[in-house]
Amino acid sequence: MEMEGGSSSGSAGGTQTHHRFSPMRSRAFYRFTQQNLPACKPVLTPGWVIMTFLIMGIVFVPVGLVCLHASESVVEIVDRYDVECIPEAYRSNKVAYIKDSSISKNCNRTIKVQKHMKAPIYIYYELDNYYQNHRRFVKSRNDKQLLYGLKYKDTSSCKPEESSNGLPIVPCGLIAWSLFNDSYAFVRDRGEMNVNRKNIAWKSDREHKFGKHVYPFNFQNGTLIGGGKLDPSIPLSDQEDLIVWMRTAALPTFRKLYGIIEEDIDADEIITVHLVNNYNTYSFGGKKKIVLTTSNWLGGKNGFLGMAYIAIGTSFVLISVLFALIHVKYPRPRGDPTYLSWNRKSNAS
Amino acid sequence: MARTGRIREKLRWSKIYTFSCIRPTGSMTADASPSLSLPGPGHSRVVRCNQPHAHRRNPLNYPSNYISTTKYNIVTFLPKAIFEQFRRVANLYFLLAACLSVTSISPFSPVSMIAPLAFVVGLSMAKEALEDWRRFVQDMKVNIRKAIVHKGNGRFGNKFWHKIRVGDVVKVEKNQFFPADLLLLSSSYEDGICYVETMNLDGETNLKVKRSLEVTLPLEDDQSFNDFSATIQCEDPNSSLYTFVGNLEYERQVYALDPSQILLRDSKLRNTSYIYGVVIFTGHDTKVMQNATESPSKRSRIEKKMDYIIYILFTVLVLVSLISSIGFAVKTKFEMPEWWYLQPQRVGDSHLYNLSTPGLSGIFHLVTALILYGYLIPISLYVSIEVVKVLQAMFINQDLQMYDEETGNPAQARTSNLNEELGQVDTILSDKTGTLTCNQMDFLKCSIAGFSYGLRSSEVEIAAAKQIASEESGGSVQNGSGIDYWENGGSSCGSSPEIKLEGGITCKIEKARKPMIKGFSFEDDRLMQGNWLSEPDPDVILLFFRILAVCHTAIPELDEETGSFTYEAESPDEGAFLVAAREFGFEFCRRTQTSVFVRERYPSSADPIEREFKILNLLEFNSKRKRMSVVIRDENGQVLLLCKGADSIIFDRLSKNGRMYEVDTSKHLNEYGEAGLRTLALAYRKLEESEYSTWNTDFLKAKTAIGPDREAQLEQASDMIEKELILVGATAVEDKLQKGVPQCIDKLAQAGLKIWVLTGDKMETAINIGFSCSLLRQGMKQICISPVNKDLITQDANKALVLSLVTEQAVKEDIQKQITNASQMIKLETDPHAASALIIDGKALTYALEEDMKQQFLSLAVDCASVICCRVSPKQKALVTRLVKEGTGKVTLAIGDGANDVGMIQEADIGVGISGVEGMQAVMASDFSISQFRYLERLLVVHGHWCYKRIAQMICYFFYKNIAFGLTLFYFEAYTGFSGQSVYDDWYMILFNVILTSLPVISLGVFEQDVSSEVCLQFPALYQQGPKNLFFDWYRIIGWMSNGLYSSLMIFFLNIGIFFTQAFRQGGQTADMAAIGTTMFTCIIWAVNMQISLTMCHFTWIQIVLVCGSIATWYLFLLAYGESSPLISGNAFHILVEALAPSPVFWSVTLLVTAACNLPYLIHISYQRLYNPMDHHVIQEIKYYKKDVEDQCMWTRERSKARSATKIGFTARVDAKIRQLKGKLHMKVSSLSAQTVVLPPSPDVL
Repeated sequence: MEMEGGSSSGSAGGTQTHHRFSPMRSRAFYRFTQQNLPACKPVLTPGWVIMTFLIMGIVFVPVGLVCLHASESVVEIVDRYDVECIPEAYRSNKVAYIKDSSISKNCNRTIKVQKHMKAPIYIYYELDNYYQNHRRFVKSRNDKQLLYGLKYKDTSSCKPEESSNGLPIVPCGLIAWSLFNDSYAFVRDRGEMNVNRKNIAWKSDREHKFGKHVYPFNFQNGTLIGGGKLDPSIPLSDQEDLIVWMRTAALPTFRKLYGIIEEDIDADEIITVHLVNNYNTYSFGGKKKIVLTTSNWLGGKNGFLGMAYIAIGTSFVLISVLFALIHVKYPRPRGDPTYLSWNRKSNAS
Repeated sequence: MARTGRIREKLRWSKIYTFSCIRPTGSMTADASPSLSLPGPGHSRVVRCNQPHAHRRNPLNYPSNYISTTKYNIVTFLPKAIFEQFRRVANLYFLLAACLSVTSISPFSPVSMIAPLAFVVGLSMAKEALEDWRRFVQDMKVNIRKAIVHKGNGRFGNKFWHKIRVGDVVKVEKNQFFPADLLLLSSSYEDGICYVETMNLDGETNLKVKRSLEVTLPLEDDQSFNDFSATIQCEDPNSSLYTFVGNLEYERQVYALDPSQILLRDSKLRNTSYIYGVVIFTGHDTKVMQNATESPSKRSRIEKKMDYIIYILFTVLVLVSLISSIGFAVKTKFEMPEWWYLQPQRVGDSHLYNLSTPGLSGIFHLVTALILYGYLIPISLYVSIEVVKVLQAMFINQDLQMYDEETGNPAQARTSNLNEELGQVDTILSDKTGTLTCNQMDFLKCSIAGFSYGLRSSEVEIAAAKQIASEESGGSVQNGSGIDYWENGGSSCGSSPEIKLEGGITCKIEKARKPMIKGFSFEDDRLMQGNWLSEPDPDVILLFFRILAVCHTAIPELDEETGSFTYEAESPDEGAFLVAAREFGFEFCRRTQTSVFVRERYPSSADPIEREFKILNLLEFNSKRKRMSVVIRDENGQVLLLCKGADSIIFDRLSKNGRMYEVDTSKHLNEYGEAGLRTLALAYRKLEESEYSTWNTDFLKAKTAIGPDREAQLEQASDMIEKELILVGATAVEDKLQKGVPQCIDKLAQAGLKIWVLTGDKMETAINIGFSCSLLRQGMKQICISPVNKDLITQDANKALVLSLVTEQAVKEDIQKQITNASQMIKLETDPHAASALIIDGKALTYALEEDMKQQFLSLAVDCASVICCRVSPKQKALVTRLVKEGTGKVTLAIGDGANDVGMIQEADIGVGISGVEGMQAVMASDFSISQFRYLERLLVVHGHWCYKRIAQMICYFFYKNIAFGLTLFYFEAYTGFSGQSVYDDWYMILFNVILTSLPVISLGVFEQDVSSEVCLQFPALYQQGPKNLFFDWYRIIGWMSNGLYSSLMIFFLNIGIFFTQAFRQGGQTADMAAIGTTMFTCIIWAVNMQISLTMCHFTWIQIVLVCGSIATWYLFLLAYGESSPLISGNAFHILVEALAPSPVFWSVTLLVTAACNLPYLIHISYQRLYNPMDHHVIQEIKYYKKDVEDQCMWTRERSKARSATKIGFTARVDAKIRQLKGKLHMKVSSLSAQTVVLPPSPDVL
C-alpha cells in the first residue's frame, strides 16, 4: 500500500490560506477543502488478487474442517414420537384423541444410545410446521405485564388472549397461552435419570424480563384451553419452560430446550422415555420429536457451517488458481500504457 | 452642476450624424386623429406623465417597480414546498406508508415510518428555503437601489427603485442603470441624444444612440418639470425589445413614439451626463422582465435515470408484495384454520386474519407487504444524494484553483443538483463578449505604407510559440505552471525531424508584460517618441495618425487629475485608436459642433500644436457599410475624405494609384488575422473643392429626403464619394481574450467537447475572435451562411426592384440551398485533417431554426468542427441551445455573462454564468458561476468527472445495499406463512439506512477520486467516460442489482442453514428470532461495508473512519440497546453480551457470509483489472508503480495521446501547421535529393 499525499500543485492556493488556525491545522484544512488529503490508493495487482484468494481459501478450508470435525464429535439422538404415541385405535383421528382429556396420554419410547454421551446432555423438543413466527403470534404478548404483573393494565397487544371471564390473564397473549406441555422422564437400567430443568432459559430473561413477584393469574381458565398450565404459586421468573417458549423461534421448524441430563450415558445403553403426549400438533400436521444431544464449543450438530466454509474456501482456492493460470498465460504488465483505450483503438484500426 | 456639463457638451449631433440621427421632421398632428387612438387591441396603456399618483388607483393602477424572482413567499412556502416534495414519487409512497403506519396494517411502529420521512422532507425543504432566501436578498438589492425622481415643484430627490411608479419623471446620470422602461424626454446634449449600453439586454457592446422628440427638448432642467404634463398612450407590456408603438400627447399635439425614444430597464446610460425620462413600464411590466422566463428546475440525466430504477424497484416491490399477499391469502384460507395456537376463529377488531374472508385479508396484507418491503426503495437515497451534492458543491466553491484573486469571486455551485451533469457535457455553447473576451481592445500592431510596426505578439502567437518551443526542446512541461501545453505526439522523445518554425511565427516569448496604458499595447520604437519622422514615408505615417485621431465619433473627456484625455467612444476599437493616436503624439482634445481639435506633438517643438479639422460630413459606421468616413477641411483648406473600414471593403474602393501598398498591406493583414487580431484598413482621398460641393448638394438632398428610400439615397450618396481611395495602412487591434481562454478551449476540445460560440456581435468580429481563440484557423473551410446579400442589391439602385422580389420564401430557399450545399461538401471531403467551420448569421438562423429545416441545420453543424452564430438575439440563443439539446440528445452547457445569455443559460442542461463585470442576471439564472472562462476546464474535467463517477457509483451502491437488505425480509416471509413479520428489530431497520450504512456511502459520494485532479487535467480522455456514460449504463445498474440479489440470497440462506434448529453455542440454547435476526443483520452490515470498501479506490482517513465506524457503531448500538431496559429492547436485551458474543458460530457466520457476499464482486474487479482494464485503472497502476516518474517519456507521450483528435484549438492549429511544413519539407527534400545534394533543412526555407 502506498501512502501518497496529493501532489504538489497547490500553488494557486498559497495566498489564500487561512490564518485562523495553527499552521498544522490550517494546512490540513486546506488539503481537505482542496480534496487533496493524503490517501491510500491500493491497486489490485495480480499478485494481490491471487494471494488474497489463496489466503482466504487457506483460512476457510481448515476452519471448515475444524467445524465439521466439531460437528461430527457431537452425539445426537432424534426420536419422532407424535405418531407412535397414539394408540392404534386413534390413528385415523389423531385430533380427537389429543383433544379428549379423558384418555391417558402416557406413552413410552425406548432409545438406544449408539455412542458414549458425555454430560451435559441436552434434551430438546422439536416441533415442525409450527408458525411461532407468525405476526399474530409474535405480537401477542406484553413484556410490561410479564415484568410488573397485574399492576400493568394495558394489555391490548395480547389480543385475542387478553382476558377471560372479565378478568385479566397473567401471562397474557397467545404465546403464553399455547405453552408446550408434553413432559418427559428418562429411565435407564440403574433407575430414573435426573433431568435438570433449571437454567434452560437465558439468564437475562429470568432476571430482567419475567417478574420475580409476578404469579400466573386466571391462566388457562377460559373456554378455550391452549397448551400447558402454570403453577400459580411459582413466580414467572422461575417458570423456565414458559420463558423458553416465549422466545419465539424464527423458523417453523424449531427446537427448544427442555432440560439437561447431567450424567453421562454409555454407548449401547437403552433409555426409556416416559412421556406425556399432551400437546396438539395433529391439527396442523406438525411433527414432534425428542432430541438428546451433547454439545461442544460449536453448539449442536452443525454440519452445514463446516460444509459452507469448505465450499467457499475451495472456490477461493480454485479462483486463485484460475487467476494464476490466466496470469501466466496472458500476463498484462501493470501500468502498461498499451492497454489505454486510445492505444487499443489505434492498434485495432 | 449639471449645467456646466451641458455647456461643455453643447453639441448637436444630428448635424453631423448621417444615418441614425435624423429626426422625423413633421409631427404627427396633421395625420393623427386627436382622439389619441392607436390601432387594435393590446395598445390600451395610458400613462399620465408626471402624475404618478394617477397610477395609484384604477383604471391606471399599474404594478410598482418592485421585482421579485422568488418561488415562494412566507404564506405559500409551506404548501408549495410540500407539494414540490411530494411530487417525487418515492416520497409520496413513503407518505402513504407513514399514514398507514398508524393503523394495525403496518408491520412497523408509526415512529419508525414518520421520523425518517419528516427528516428527509424537512431537509429538502430547508434547502429549498435557503435558496429562495438568497434569491430574495438578491431582489432586494436591486429594489433598494436609488434613483433620482421628480418629487414635485421641480425638485428632484432620491427614491428607491421599488417605489417608482408609472408616470414618474426620473433623472438618470451617467453610468447608471435605468430603473424602469423610460420615455426619453431630454438629455444633456442639446438635441436630446443619449448613448445607451444594452449589453445586459442583447450582449451588444457598441453603444446605441437614442433621441428624444423635438417637442420635449425644452424640458432641460429640473425646474421645467414643475408643470410638465403629458399623456402617453402605448402598447401593453410585451417582451419585444426592439419594437414600441405609442403616442405622446403634449401641449394638445399628438406625436408618434418609436423604439428610439425608449430606454429599457437594465441598460446603462453612457457618454451622456444625464437624461430626463418618464416611466412607462415598471417592475414586471418592463421589457427585460417580460423577457425573463421562469427559471426551470433542472434535473440531471443520472437523476432521471434513477427514476427509472426506482420504477423498476417499485415493480419488484409490487410483485413481491403480490406474491406475499397471495401466499398469505392461501395460507389463511387453507392452513390457518388448523393453527389453533393463533386462535384463528377469534377475529378481534381487525380483519387482518379473518378466515371467512381470505381475499379481503389478502388485500389488507398487500398494503402491509408494500410497507414491509419498502426497504427496497431507499428512502434515504434522496436525502443522501442531497447531502452529497451539497458537500460536492462546497468543494466546488472552495476550490482555490477556481478562485479569482482579482475580483475575489470563487466558483459557486448555485444549484447543487447538477454536479454530476458536469461530467457528461457534450456541447458547450458560449457567449463571446465578456465570456471569451474581456471586451477590451488593445492597439497592438499597424501596417503603414507597407511596413509592419508593432513588436509585441498577440496572446495567440505567444501561446503557439510556447507550444512549438516545448516541442523542440522535447522537455516535459511543468505541472501547475499555469500554462501547460501538451506536446505534440511522438515528437517529444527526440525522434522526430527537427523542424524549425521560426519562419512561420516570428515572435519571442516575452517576459510578463509590464503594466501599460489601457487599450494600448503597441511597442515599437520606430514610431514612438516622434521617431516616425525618420521612417521611409513620414508623410504617409502622419496621415495614418491623423486618420486615427480624426475619423471617429468619440468625445474627449479631460481627466482633471492627470491632465490627459480619456475617450467616450461608441465602440472599444475606436477608443483604442484614439488612445493609440494620443500615444503617437496626436492627441484628440476637443470636439465642437463643426470641428475636431488635435494636439500634435513633434519632437522638434516642445509644445504641441493644436490643429483644427473642420468636419464637413460624417458618414458613420454600420454593419452594412462596414466602414466609416469623415470629410474634413484641414487648416490649409484642403478637403479630405478619411476612411477606415473592413479591409475587403476598402480594397475594393482603392484608386489605381492608391494601391501602392496593397500587396504588402494585405500580407500583413493576413498575418494579423492569423495572430487573432481585429483589423481595419485606413485610406484617404483628396477632394477638389468643386467635386466636394457638387457631391455635398446631392448628399444634403438625400439627407433631407423624406420617405423610405432616404437611407438608400444616403447610401448611394456616400458610395459616390467613398471611392478612388488611397491606401494608407491597416491597424490591428487585439480584442483581449480573457486569461487562459485559448488554452482552456484547447483542453476542452481535447476532452472531446464541442464548442459553439453564440454572439450578438457582427460576423467579422465573431470570426476574428474565432481565430484568436483557435476555434478557427487558416486552412479551415469556412462555411458562411447568411441571407442573400442585400447590401449588393441596395447599393445598386437599378436593382432596387430585385429587393422587392426577394421575398421571405426566396430567402429561405436560398438558405436551405446553402445548407444543403455545405453538407454535400463536407460529405465529399476525403482529407481526414480537413476541418470546416460553420458561421451563421442571426437572420439566416431565423430560417434555419424553423421546424422543417432545423434537423438539416443541426446535422450540418454537428459535422463542423466549430460553429459560430453571430448576431443572434437572446431568444435565438435559447432556441439554438434547445435545438442542440433536443436534437442530439446530449448534455449541453451554456456559458455566458450578460442578461442576454439568460435564456440560453436556462435552456441548457447546465447554465454557467460568468460572475465578472456585468450585471448579475446571468449569474442569477445560472446553475454554476465562475469568474473566468478558463475555470470551466477545471469545473468540467476535474469536478464534473469526479462528481459524475461519485454519484453514479453511489446510486448503484445504494440500490445494491437496499436490495440486499430488502429481499431478506421477503425470504423470511415465506417462512412465516407470509404473515408480515420481520426478522429484524424495528430499530435495526431504522438505523440501517439512517446511520449504519449512510455515512460510508456519503463519503464515497464526497471523497472518492479515481485519479487525482492533476491526472484528470493531464488526461482529457478520461472525461469521455462521462459523456459515454460508462458508469451508469444499464449493464452496470443491472450488475449491481444482481449483486444485491446474490448477496441477499447468501445472507439469508447461509444464516438459515447454520442456525436451523441446532444449538448455536455451548450452553445448548437454540437461536430464537432475535438471535437469527441480529446475526443476519450483522452479516448485512459487514457485507455492505466491505462492498463499499471494494468499490472505493481512494482512502483518506475520513473514509477509513467512516467505514470502520459504521461497523463499530453497529456493535456499539447493539451493546447499548442490549443494556437498555428490556421493555425497550425486548428480545434484543443483552443479546450481544449474553447470547451472541460468546458464541463462535456468530463470529464465524459473519466472516463466512461477508466473504461469500463479496466474492463475485471481487472476482469481477479482479478480472476487469487483469484483462480488460479501463483507462483510469491503467493510470492508477502507472501512478502506483511510479512509472510516470521513471519513464517520463512514456508519460508525456500518453498524455498527448489522451486527447481526442480535435480540429479546433491550438494543438490542432499547430498540428495543421506542422503537417503543412512537413509536406513542404518533404517536397523540398525530395527535390533536393533529386539533385543528390542533401542539405539540412534550414529555417528560412520554411
